[in-house]
Parts: sequence; structure tokens; C-alpha cells
Amino acid sequence: MLIRMGPDIRESEVTDKGLWLDRRRFLAMGAAGAVAASAFPVGASPLTGAKSAYKVDETPTPMKDVTTYNNFYEFGTDKSDPAQLAPSYFGKPAKPWTLAISGECAKPGTIGLEDLIKPHALEERIYRMRCVEAWSMVIPWVGIPLADVLKRFEPNSKAKFVEFTTLVDPERFPGQRSRLLDWPYIEGLRMDEAMHPLTLLAVGLYGETLLPQNGAPIRLVVPWKYGFKGIKSIVSIRFTETPARSTWMKSAPREYGFYANVNPKVDHPRWSQAKERRIGEFLKRDTLPFNGYAEQVASLYAGMDLAVNY
Amino acid sequence: MKPPESGGRDARAPLPGATALERGRPGRMALKPLVFALCLLPLVWLGWKAFDGFLGANPIEAVVRYLGDWALRFLLIALAVTPLRQITGWSWLARLRRMLGLFAFAYVIIHLMSYIGLDQFFDWSAIGREIVKRKYITIGMAAVLLLVPLAVTSTDAMVRRLGGKRWRRLHKLVYVIAPLGVAHHWMMVKKDLTEPMIHAVILAVLLGWRIVAARRAARHNGGGPSRSETACAVRSSS
Repeated sequence: MLIRMGPDIRESEVTDKGLWLDRRRFLAMGAAGAVAASAFPVGASPLTGAKSAYKVDETPTPMKDVTTYNNFYEFGTDKSDPAQLAPSYFGKPAKPWTLAISGECAKPGTIGLEDLIKPHALEERIYRMRCVEAWSMVIPWVGIPLADVLKRFEPNSKAKFVEFTTLVDPERFPGQRSRLLDWPYIEGLRMDEAMHPLTLLAVGLYGETLLPQNGAPIRLVVPWKYGFKGIKSIVSIRFTETPARSTWMKSAPREYGFYANVNPKVDHPRWSQAKERRIGEFLKRDTLPFNGYAEQVASLYAGMDLAVNY
Repeated sequence: MKPPESGGRDARAPLPGATALERGRPGRMALKPLVFALCLLPLVWLGWKAFDGFLGANPIEAVVRYLGDWALRFLLIALAVTPLRQITGWSWLARLRRMLGLFAFAYVIIHLMSYIGLDQFFDWSAIGREIVKRKYITIGMAAVLLLVPLAVTSTDAMVRRLGGKRWRRLHKLVYVIAPLGVAHHWMMVKKDLTEPMIHAVILAVLLGWRIVAARRAARHNGGGPSRSETACAVRSSS
């Protein structure tokens, strides 16, 4: 197992997970559902985090939807591709999984995933996730605040931005065999965004380690930004003076910007961002500024024209 | 392969005799009902998936896109009838063309209804804004509007009322509608253009073939206008 659990897991915490499973739906699926559901535990192991105060009071999206409806072009462009292809292509994350830490910091180097996580207490945070395609979910992540991790590498005064890179391995990511996007997938945050207490490095969801389709073994979660900022399967973190040109910016600069803050007033050129469809709901709901996290993060962008810095 | 001008000969005017002959052939009776049933299969499949809850996490998007895909496919299938008929010499194909065209129209309408009723849930102001602001939706709506007169004039009575020549000219609109449909899909796609490209290539072949056939016919007939490929339109009204 990649991430060791502490020996002090209480029974209550383990059984609690049952509440997350959408039991009625599970039963309704019957035999076919049971077969499909049995695919989930492959590659995932239990992983609990202490309940965090960072949680939205909304019904979490069923785990089946969270793990089968994914945009992860490293597997394929269809949202069912990641869940379908991950078991045969990706399997379990490579061991050891290492991350290269580089750039403007006092302690660069290569660090194994376990060593990266171990000093920190895992938290469970329930965040909204708003995709740039106008759909959304509510996901109980397990992870650690990115700020706590970054501080260990002692970024210097030149470190104004952080750049993240996804693994390149066409054996594991069949989608990388085509040049659909400019691999590797790259994302970036401004330093104050990266250091914001809401920004999470996730290693699990729904009380289990991340499945490949959700970005195993470690991914970024920035709940007030569109989902594509949440880079998956991270192998590199670099402190930089200038902002990264992210993969989607390179692909379609008019459509995807560096900030990508959820903003109902700034439409995607091809569709409105005013509303979103919460997965599992019929009627669209209004999209909230900064995905409902305006109180915590709006001040980061004081004085900025968010229509220009989209 | 038969030269395309052979299609022109039997298609200059409606030929009731030929169709009567065809009707009389054994096995031909079942052709239309059979194809009709086949054309319904995508809907049956969709209903079955919806009933079983297998449309995935975002069933509304799945339904709208699925119906759009089939609308486009039926447009291309309907446009393939004439080239296929003239290349193979299977004259019975012409009898299916009106039905296939109407199925294209039906799938387009259900696709539009799913957008209005499921995706937007009758939020007319939002729909209006989308039509104005989103070019791919503007284009899609234009294609639907252009299709309406073709569907309305698809009956035998309407063909007679308009007269073959005017009817044919009107129905050339499909050469505008189909590219609009392909463009609608192309512009909607986020990144992976494989499917829209496949549709575009098929459409280019189907339309390109008509241009080539018309040129050849014109040369053959001593410079007459491209009757041969349009004339067969009338046949399908039999």
C-alpha cells in the first residue's frame, strides 16, 4: 500500500463511509450494478482523514458518478474513457511514486509520495467541483493543504508562481499517444493561491485512495477554480518567477486563461457559465462567484478585471 | 459502376410505370417497413438505456448529444442514397430516400426538443440568448429552420403542386443544411475533432460526387445543366 494508515482508525470512521455510498441507487442497480461496483475497489485502499471544517452543506455526488464521469484526456476524450481504460492501462500508481521539486526554493530535490504526505495529517474536505463545461459535483476529498507541503521546500522571494506537471507515460496514459494536447499537462497557481488554506493536495476521495481516473496517486484541488486547474497524477512541482503557460491556455488561449476562477459573469466563448448542472439533478442551478468560495478568496483578486484575467 | 447519366434517363420525370413494376416484385413490399423499423432502432436503444439508468452521470447531456449524432447521421444517410443508387444501379434505393430524409428531420426535431425541454427546461430567455450569442447554436437553429420547408413539401401532393423543377430547386437546400449540421457539431466539440472530421469527409465525398457527376452529365449531354443528379429527386416521391 502506498500511503500507510495510522493504526488508530476507529471503527466509527470506517463504517461512516457506508453513509457515502448511495445505497438505494446501488440496490436498484441490481446484479449488473454489483458487477460494475466490484470494479471500484481495484486499485483503491481505505484512507481516512480527520473531518475538516471545510465542507459544504450539500449532498455529495454519488461515488459511482465521481469515479466514472471524468475529464482526463491522458486516457481519452470521452468522459467514460478514464474509468474504462484505467484498470488495464494505469493499474496501480507506480511504486515508488516520486515528485521532483525544483525552481526558486531552498530545498529542491526528489521526494517520494509517502515522504511528502507523512508529516501531515490527512483531512477530509467536502468541496464543490465546477467543471468549465458547466456541470458540477460535490466531492469528499482526502488530502493535505498544499501550503503546508510547499513551505517545507522553503520557496524564496523569487517564487511568485507554482507550476505542476502530470506524469508522461503513454504506456499508462493511452491518450498521450495522440498529440491532442501538448503533453505533459501543465497547470500553475500564483503563490498566494497556492498558499491559500482552501487549496488541497488530494490523495483520496470517499475514504479511499484516489483511483487513476481521479488523478492517482496525488492531485491538486482548487475549489474556486474550474476543474481543469486541478491537475492530476502530479510528478513535478516547480517554483517560478513567471506564470506557467498551462496546457489549456496553449490549446485554446481565447477559451482558457491562467486564473480560470469560476465566474458566472464571464462566459466561455462557446457557452454560458451563468448556470451549471449538478450531476444527479435535473434543473440547472445558478453558478456562484468563485464557486461559492468568494468570501474566502475574492480578496486575492481585488482590483483585477476578472473579465480580462479569466 | 454505372455512369451517373443513367440515373438521369429514368428520372427526368416521375415514372409511375417503373415504380409499379418495382412494387410488383416479390420482396420489395417489405423493404420500406423494414427500413422504417431500422430507423427507429436508435430511439429504441436510447429508451432502453434510459429505462435501465445506463446513460451515465450526466444523462441529459448524453441524450441531447446522442440525438444530435443520429440527426447528423441520418442527414448523411439520406444524402448517400442518390450516389449509392447511381453507382450500384439499385434503383429501389430511391424509394427509401424520402423516408430517410424525414427520419433525419425527425431526429433533428427530437434533438432540438431535448435541448429545449431537457437541457434548458423551457428557459426561453436563456435559449434566446444562446441562439444569438453562441454561433454553433445559431447555425444549428438555422439548419432546423431550413429543414422545415423540405419536410413540409415532402408529400406527393406538394411535389405536384410545386412542380418537379421548383421542388427540386427547393430541395437543393439540403446541400446547405448538411454542412450547417456538420459545422454545428464541429464548433461545439471541445477538443477532439475526430468525429466532426469524419462527418465532414463523408459530406465532402457525397457533395463532391454530385459535382463530378453533374459535370460529367453536362459534358455528355452537350452542356445541359446538371439535371441528372437533381432529377432523381423526383423519383423518391413515388
